[in-house]
Amino acid sequence: MSEKSSEKNENEIALHETESLSQGQIIFRRFVRHKAAMFSVFALFFIILFTYSASGIHLGTKAHPFTIPGWWKYSITQIDPEGAIATMCKNGVTGCPTLDLIPSFIDGTGLNVGAHPMGTDIIGTDYFALVTRGAEQSIMVMLIVGLLGVLVGTTIGAIAGYFGGMVDAILMRLTDVFLVTPTIVIGAVIGRRFGNLGIVPLALMLGFFAWMGLARFVRTEFLTLREREFVDAARLAGASDARIIFKHILPNAIGVIIVAGTLLMSGAILIETALSYLGFGVQAPDVSLGTLISQYQDSFSVSPWLFWWPGAFIVSIALCINFIGDGLRDAFDPRQKRRITLKDRMKARETKVGA
Amino acid sequence: MMLLIVFGASFMAYNLEALSSDPLAVFAESTAKNKQYLIARMIRDLNLDVPPPLRFFMWLKGIISGLWGHLDLGKTRDNIYVIDAIGQAIPTTFRLVIASTILAIVLGITIGMVTAIRQYSRFDYVMTFISFLLFSLPIFWVAVLLKQYMAIDFNNFLAKPDIPIPLVIIFGLIAGLAMASIIGGPRSRFWKIFAGVSIGATLLLEYLSLTHWFVKPGLGVIGVGVLAFGAAAVVTQISTGLDNRRSLFAALGAATVVTAGYFPLHLLMGAKANFLSVLAIFAITLVLSALIGYLVEKTDRAVNIRTAVITALIGTLPLILDRFMSEFGGYLNSDAVNGRPVPTLGQANDLLTPQQSNNFWIQGLDFTMHLILPTMALTLISFAGYVRFSRGSLLEVLNMDYIRTARAKGLTERTVIVRHAMRNALLPLTTILVNDFAGVIGGAIITERVFGWKGMGQLFNQALVNYDLNLFMGVFVISAILTVLANLIADLLFGVVDPRIRIRK
Repeated sequence: MSEKSSEKNENEIALHETESLSQGQIIFRRFVRHKAAMFSVFALFFIILFTYSASGIHLGTKAHPFTIPGWWKYSITQIDPEGAIATMCKNGVTGCPTLDLIPSFIDGTGLNVGAHPMGTDIIGTDYFALVTRGAEQSIMVMLIVGLLGVLVGTTIGAIAGYFGGMVDAILMRLTDVFLVTPTIVIGAVIGRRFGNLGIVPLALMLGFFAWMGLARFVRTEFLTLREREFVDAARLAGASDARIIFKHILPNAIGVIIVAGTLLMSGAILIETALSYLGFGVQAPDVSLGTLISQYQDSFSVSPWLFWWPGAFIVSIALCINFIGDGLRDAFDPRQKRRITLKDRMKARETKVGA
Repeated sequence: MMLLIVFGASFMAYNLEALSSDPLAVFAESTAKNKQYLIARMIRDLNLDVPPPLRFFMWLKGIISGLWGHLDLGKTRDNIYVIDAIGQAIPTTFRLVIASTILAIVLGITIGMVTAIRQYSRFDYVMTFISFLLFSLPIFWVAVLLKQYMAIDFNNFLAKPDIPIPLVIIFGLIAGLAMASIIGGPRSRFWKIFAGVSIGATLLLEYLSLTHWFVKPGLGVIGVGVLAFGAAAVVTQISTGLDNRRSLFAALGAATVVTAGYFPLHLLMGAKANFLSVLAIFAITLVLSALIGYLVEKTDRAVNIRTAVITALIGTLPLILDRFMSEFGGYLNSDAVNGRPVPTLGQANDLLTPQQSNNFWIQGLDFTMHLILPTMALTLISFAGYVRFSRGSLLEVLNMDYIRTARAKGLTERTVIVRHAMRNALLPLTTILVNDFAGVIGGAIITERVFGWKGMGQLFNQALVNYDLNLFMGVFVISAILTVLANLIADLLFGVVDPRIRIRK
């Protein structure tokens, strides 16, 4: 009996090893195995869906707004003083969060969302509306900076790495020029000017100053890849430079680009919130997670929820992105071997005994 | 080349700042009768009629004249010379940065290495999660939390310094769990260490709480002795292994020097002491322990001396710390402090009496108290990077063939890791260390703002808010030069520590 099952088991392993998988499939399977990364993908997806559907989508500049309304009943400028008083805490502070996640068999009140799940501020502005709107803005900056940074960085890194020589020298010195400029300083200069135009122009400008690290990574990758045999083969077959770059080298460098891109994105959300915190980013009356923290940090001891909620959103978004980046790095790393778990060891021992 | 990069960056920054700033905006709402005159005067003073690219060269002239000793960075809008403002700000920023960088490096590398050696252990998973979490924290948010829990609540606690017993037990359990998972090993050893450390830590904390140690801290000769001999054991274990009796004797000798020096060295630590006396104390203990290391045995002298000196270096720190602690009680109850020693804002206490601020120890204590929160915030943030980096780099090295060779020829695990793996793993660290240090002025902008320090970051802020172009450029050029220099140093250092790499050209 045991002999038979072990035989079958061995066959399975053999089958599994010879199963033909494309590079993409292998990477995908490795990524799926990274539990923290997979969880982060779903969490991030959920956060984005939740905030965008709640607060609606706001694009365009202040002069030409383009808005799709969300499902949440309050807006960021709406004030509800009665609501704030109605949700008073036990110690007499107005505007406590009405969200109650503790089930009824513990405290007897049961699950309840209430009128202001994240509370209100001192004059009665609904905090749920403010936080989701802030998160929407910060995510928007993150995505735009990430995309633009990847685009510019890849272009410059690819050209410098592929052509080498003079082009490389000039482009890399240009990168150095941008690199000695602290991002937050340039961000502040830009933000002071473009912050009141709305979030999209600010994000676009930030993206133009955030590509340097990625360009360096991509260049190094291209420098090694262009010396490989398959590039020579393509050149001998008469492929043009553009074809070699796009069809032969770029797909091989995609791992580096994606990983550096996630780093860029988690950096972008922190930079944006920091700028807004300093007052050089998103301008009032519009909000971002950074302005919310800077606005309400002094009321921490009285109404701590005004401080916790935006911080929790920043941290969870950045954390998700970092874990996804980690999972991608592991997935793209060819040296990465699967960790031998206790379960694997037990299985192997059983097989051995059976055989 | 370097100069060209700094030149290019300043040109870009100057034009960006000039084009995006609007110094005349202050007059938009002005109702002053001489509004036109004021506008004209400002245009004249700031040369606003010259287009920015040309104005840049007017500014550059001042820098170039610095080559023959007349460095002119212009004046700020408050009519202070930019060079003076920066001169005052730089030491503040460095004070802020150096402490946190050193702490982050020491803690980060230690923990990173331990997680690499105990890869896939529970400790590894927990630390990985914590470092990712710290990586994702905005510093201004951490700062507010620290202000609340580390300053306000801790000060409240000092007013009534009794730790409730459940809390003491929880801390003890955490200490035990951490220690046991770091040391690792089979399950029975895990539980033994866990039980031992938990009970020990709980009793120690309860003792400290009962004796109101937090209000009147101090180590005494016993505490200094215990720490010094502990340092001796750890240093010997890491550098040569406890089996090397001679090294162990040298280290123990060094620890004895420190402990025996507790009373004599206090002669050097009077109220009139200064920085030189501290240096003198270190010199005395170091020289004596080097002597002991020299005398222990003829063979392996260098190793023995090294072990003894490192032990003395670490062991003298508690000695100095104890002296600072002895002033804490008086400092705490003085009028300037009024029982709330951990401040949330500022870089020094202005209310100290002259007598207090002339006392080296009290002043040092005051400095430290003001440094605690910003240093903790900066350390927490940058620590994560070092953990990830040293873990990854050590893991990569541990998978190499020469490590397998070292193990195969029967070297102890300690020798393999300390002698063979760690050295190579730490090489690339020089690069990120220097880069990290250079990026610090950018980071200081937020930290200084949150904690109300007056350093380079605060100047940047001021310049941006006031549209102060000269000040902005002054700080910018300094930080750009520091960054470029840091990169140069990193390249050169890398060539020195790694003989495989030599600077080409």
